[in-house]
Amino acid sequence: MSTRLSKAGRLVDTSKSVAFTFNGKKMQGHAGDTLASALLANDQMMVGRSFKYHRPRGIVASGAEEPNALVNLGSGNTFEPNQRTTTTELFDGLSATSQNHWPSLDFDIGAVNGLFANYLTAGFYYKMFIHPRPLWKYVYEPFIRQSAGLGKAPKDTDGDRYEHFYAYVDVAVIGGGVAGLQAALAAGEAGAKVLLMEQTAHFGGRAPVDGGTIDGIEAETWIAGALARLDEMPNVTVRRRMMGAGVYDHGYLLGYERVKDHAPELDAPRHRLWRIRAKQIVTATGAIERPISFAGNDIPGVMLASAVRDYAVNYGVAVGQKTVVVTNNDDGYRTALKLKELGVEVPVIIDAREEGAGALADVARKAGIRVEPGKAIAKVKGGKRVEGVELCRMQGNGGAVIETIKCDAVAMSGGWSPVVHLWSHCGGKLIWDEVESHFKPDADRAPTNQDGKPFVITAGSASGPLGLGEVLADADAAGKKAAEAAGFTAASTPAPSGDARDETPMQPVWMMPSDAVYNLRMKMWLDYQNDVKVSDVQLAAREGYESVEHTKRYTTLGMATDQGKLSNINGLAILADTLGAEIPQVGTTTFRPPYTPISMGSIGGAARDEIFQPIRQTPIQQWHIDNGAYMEPVGHWRRPYTFPRGSETHEQAVNREITNTRTNVGLLDASTLGKIIVKGPDAAKFLDLMYTNMMSTLKPGKCRYGLMCNENGFLMDDGVVARLDEETFLVHTTSGGAAHTHAHMEEWLQTEWWDMKVYTADVTEQYAQIAVVGPKARKVLEKLGGMDVSKDALKFMEWTQGKLGGFDARIFRISFSGELSYEIAVPASQGRAFWDALLAAGEEHGIMPYGTECLHVMRAEKGFIMIGDETDGTVIPQDLGLNWAISKKKEDFIGKRGQQRTFLAGEDRWRLVGLETVDGSVLPDGAYAVVHGHNENGQRTMIGRVTSTYYSPTLGRGIAMGLVKHGPERMGELVEFAKTDGSTVMAKIVDPVWYDKEGEKQDV
Amino acid sequence: MLTLQCPYCGVMAEETELSAGGEAHLKRFGPGSTDADFETYMFMRENPKGVHFERWRHANGCGKWFHAARCTVTLEVFGTYTAQTSVPPADLLDKIRAARPGFKWREFE
Repeated sequence: MSTRLSKAGRLVDTSKSVAFTFNGKKMQGHAGDTLASALLANDQMMVGRSFKYHRPRGIVASGAEEPNALVNLGSGNTFEPNQRTTTTELFDGLSATSQNHWPSLDFDIGAVNGLFANYLTAGFYYKMFIHPRPLWKYVYEPFIRQSAGLGKAPKDTDGDRYEHFYAYVDVAVIGGGVAGLQAALAAGEAGAKVLLMEQTAHFGGRAPVDGGTIDGIEAETWIAGALARLDEMPNVTVRRRMMGAGVYDHGYLLGYERVKDHAPELDAPRHRLWRIRAKQIVTATGAIERPISFAGNDIPGVMLASAVRDYAVNYGVAVGQKTVVVTNNDDGYRTALKLKELGVEVPVIIDAREEGAGALADVARKAGIRVEPGKAIAKVKGGKRVEGVELCRMQGNGGAVIETIKCDAVAMSGGWSPVVHLWSHCGGKLIWDEVESHFKPDADRAPTNQDGKPFVITAGSASGPLGLGEVLADADAAGKKAAEAAGFTAASTPAPSGDARDETPMQPVWMMPSDAVYNLRMKMWLDYQNDVKVSDVQLAAREGYESVEHTKRYTTLGMATDQGKLSNINGLAILADTLGAEIPQVGTTTFRPPYTPISMGSIGGAARDEIFQPIRQTPIQQWHIDNGAYMEPVGHWRRPYTFPRGSETHEQAVNREITNTRTNVGLLDASTLGKIIVKGPDAAKFLDLMYTNMMSTLKPGKCRYGLMCNENGFLMDDGVVARLDEETFLVHTTSGGAAHTHAHMEEWLQTEWWDMKVYTADVTEQYAQIAVVGPKARKVLEKLGGMDVSKDALKFMEWTQGKLGGFDARIFRISFSGELSYEIAVPASQGRAFWDALLAAGEEHGIMPYGTECLHVMRAEKGFIMIGDETDGTVIPQDLGLNWAISKKKEDFIGKRGQQRTFLAGEDRWRLVGLETVDGSVLPDGAYAVVHGHNENGQRTMIGRVTSTYYSPTLGRGIAMGLVKHGPERMGELVEFAKTDGSTVMAKIVDPVWYDKEGEKQDV
Repeated sequence: MLTLQCPYCGVMAEETELSAGGEAHLKRFGPGSTDADFETYMFMRENPKGVHFERWRHANGCGKWFHAARCTVTLEVFGTYTAQTSVPPADLLDKIRAARPGFKWREFE
């Protein structure tokens, strides 16, 4: 069983006890514990079930690489699944539950999958669940979804807040072990602005656990001194609990700071995402120990040797009372010796190497530990915890068991791999190190910056070396090199001295024993989190998945949330071995950010709820809100859809607004309309190119409706252009289209016709614009007084300006409803007062505000198109019967050449018509016109679609606009439209102008 | 997340400040052009593994369009320059030729 040792761990405070629960069971830990160490101290060996076979799983590692011990943390709006116990600092009241089991952790029905393991091999789903098709949807998929998967998705809105930080530094150092500290010191002393980040709460990395001296003093003492020196440097920032999450182009670096995961009571954001731009990045990310592939290496109690050492030294926790050490290198012996020193029994050190270790083996034997070189674990015995190991010869198939050794924990060491993730994120290349059997960064092929020079430097064991002396020398050089590359002069001080590495070389062991039989191989786990075994990778190789990327996807090796930190090297070594290839030839899969999963909340930062994106408001917005407007989003604007009164439904309110506007007078807040000033000697010439129709012939004082296409010929925007004077035009665009249209103009002005003397300015928000619409509109304006708005003084499609009721007004006589209509622009600051004045002046005429839906219905009754309804980026003006707005005189305009292409110029295009259902009903939006026959996808043959559809209170029936093949030539014919319920409805093709075909009402 | 220096306002602009505008130095073919020329202008694009000439706009900045010569493999930026030209500046081409022997992009070598 796992228990606390009598000697306290260096990171825990045994005087402070911390209460927490696991699966509802009350437990006690110490201040300074991680959830993992506290669980182990409570003898909770089993912490979860595996992904596929639901096998019992325990803690394997002591850091970010942990694949198994993932739990649900918290509840309600702070619930979060898949949290690693090894990186979760314990706090009072922490509540954790295990994942992936039903009904309970101890008794899990899903474990039956393990009995069928022979059939659930790699690619099982692909092979098995293809036929029959219907079973997939109703049987296979629901079953797989129920039984597979890790934690549950949170149901509540995240109750925490998050934020982003921006930082610009000369040198960013990732990793606060002795290498990171030394690199930061070297760069800081050179005067560089340094940011040092450490993902855990503690600095020093493995050195205090592994022991050794630096500059003649204990590592721990040196670390405290280094931190104190960094603290004194004003140019150095040091952050703990901050992970370097990803390295991106041109020195961009994401730092993930867990501000209050360890102390939820703090009034602070939970996570902070640092968006860092660094001239140089030093990755001092250390190395991770590899597991060994032997049968039963996933049984709770089998753990990395370094983790066993960490739990003992850092947290005072003995993972087992009898811990067998199995290793292929000297470092495993350190765990055995440390355990022995702390009073934990080590029955045997199993060393796969025939020669065994050198000096350390002698030390171990002297300490009374049995050492068995050239041996292997044939199989771990036990189910929910380790009960013993079967010893066999390393060379062999594991059939001949020499002896069964009783134990309750196994510490395994398969050698060390540098953490190369951050180096690789932005293109750093790797080389294979034959001596240590690992991939390490190739310093000659570093990620390059905008100047073509390297911007990532590795430091310490992240570079490859594992001895303390080499690590410090490498880190010192890295810090100095980074500072120099960032433009500083590094001091010529020597690197701190550390113990040299004096070890017998490791020997790669990819499978234990060397020629294990199949029954053993299918119990050797490579990827604990995704349940991938040695036999699965071998099967993939046999079935032709020779590329490591293919094998990864076929077996899911390395695809879990831990991204294969423990499994990748072992997995590709097995693949290489099966293929008879060398490991460097097989290569690695791609390392992608983030290094470990980061919260979605941190990515969003503060951008949520009302500040998720900017909301644009008109000067009259508050009136709309105060008067109960139902709002709808239009681009970044929020516009009133309708203004319901009393118990009216939205539909009733819209109909009332339409009828009132058509009989009395209505008021529309049109401030969202885009307004762009185009000014200069060449403004008219420029607009002739921008619009399909002729704008240069427009006289000052007049307005003209214009169409704007892109170079492909497709309609992109429309609006009324007013000529203010000889050199100045005011261009109106669709609501929400101003920025895009303005950018479009600027692009052509700056990059194609840069010789033209034209300025443009988007003045959308400078003006409030209000449409006064209806037969009594003129009376309302006359009541305000100050300007002559009579039929003759201000004709249809003219504009004028002056003082209207004391307001600085520019009045456009334009109509989007078919009624007598004035659109009046006043400075934004006068907008609300002007709105109020219009409402007062119109009261006696029954004035009512109307919303966007009323606007839409009225324009449809008139057959006016709406950008985004009748157009979708594939529609040309000719499709919409707008040939009259396309100049034939102009040599050129944007889109003219595009529209001449045969497929656009033909007669078979779907073209605009009006549609009336024979039963008067409203056609479904987007409904397709269908005819006999089917297309190549098995769908009904389609000859058109509905683009706008409304109930018209004016006509008392449904009306629609649509694009129909040969439509204008088929007036009066009936077409069948498919409805969403599978039935169809017949509609007659009619002229799209239903209301006031001659246009008399708008011109009175 | 590239950084490019805007040649107009001099700012070292983050990619979030910029909007990409595709290939640079396209010759516009308008009315009267052949189908082949129009197709080339609208749709045919270089896809180099190496130095590329691109259009960028300092959209969330000074609003100006500019050109950049950038390696699509190493992300090295050889220079940024005005959008009011139909060919890359001679000194920039010299710099690229020196750094990348055998460099070829459309008609430029």
